[in-house]
Amino acid sequence: MNIATENDKMTVILTGEIDHHTARPIREEIDFELIKKKPAKLILDFSGVTFMDSSGVGLVMGRYKAARAINCRTTVSGLKERDKKIMQMSGLINVIEFI
Amino acid sequence: MKKLNYFKLAIPAKSVNEGFSRAAVSAFAALFDPTVEELSDIKTAVSEAVTNCIVHAYKEKDGVIYIDASAYDNGSVKIKIRDKGCGIADIEKAREALFTTSGDERSGLGFTVMESFSDKLSVRSKIGIGTTVTITKLIKSR
Repeated sequence: MNIATENDKMTVILTGEIDHHTARPIREEIDFELIKKKPAKLILDFSGVTFMDSSGVGLVMGRYKAARAINCRTTVSGLKERDKKIMQMSGLINVIEFI
Repeated sequence: MKKLNYFKLAIPAKSVNEGFSRAAVSAFAALFDPTVEELSDIKTAVSEAVTNCIVHAYKEKDGVIYIDASAYDNGSVKIKIRDKGCGIADIEKAREALFTTSGDERSGLGFTVMESFSDKLSVRSKIGIGTTVTITKLIKSR
């Protein structure tokens, strides 16, 4: 994972497999950076994710809430078709911008 | 229907074994030369079932997860994932999308995802005894 902040925009490039085991350190690191940098926009880039189960949905939901608490807008990008299908099951697609 | 191959696995309910169990089942299913898509379906369903054992059945405490996979001559793979955890009080409720007894970071989609990515899903559970989830996937591409 790589987190880069430029101006008001924080971009998180996620890589590898996202499950309940790997989601924990990912969310801790993102939340730490969110609180430290307080960006206006958070981009979660899934293009480097090779596997995702519903823990990926929990990860996005949790970051969306953490970002909203500091008035930061969340965008999700780079989802593969099957991962998008999992996100759609959650209804997140209606509240978060997916590009 | 003739059983062509099988394996049995007993692993501790540790989150690091989520990846291991996915890899083990997908290596086993390779017997039928599935597509990447079919393999991803199996991996996702197994990952959800094993995570349920860790998070819900054993509540992130010690326990053993039993995985029993069989391959049949019609091209189907049946994967039984069993725990001896707390059991599910209301299976129908647990299978509802977005229902979760855990906190904010769980989406409540585990069973919905398992159903969506398998051909057949059965759940048996007894309070205080444990839960068995059986996932059946037909490898159509073989």
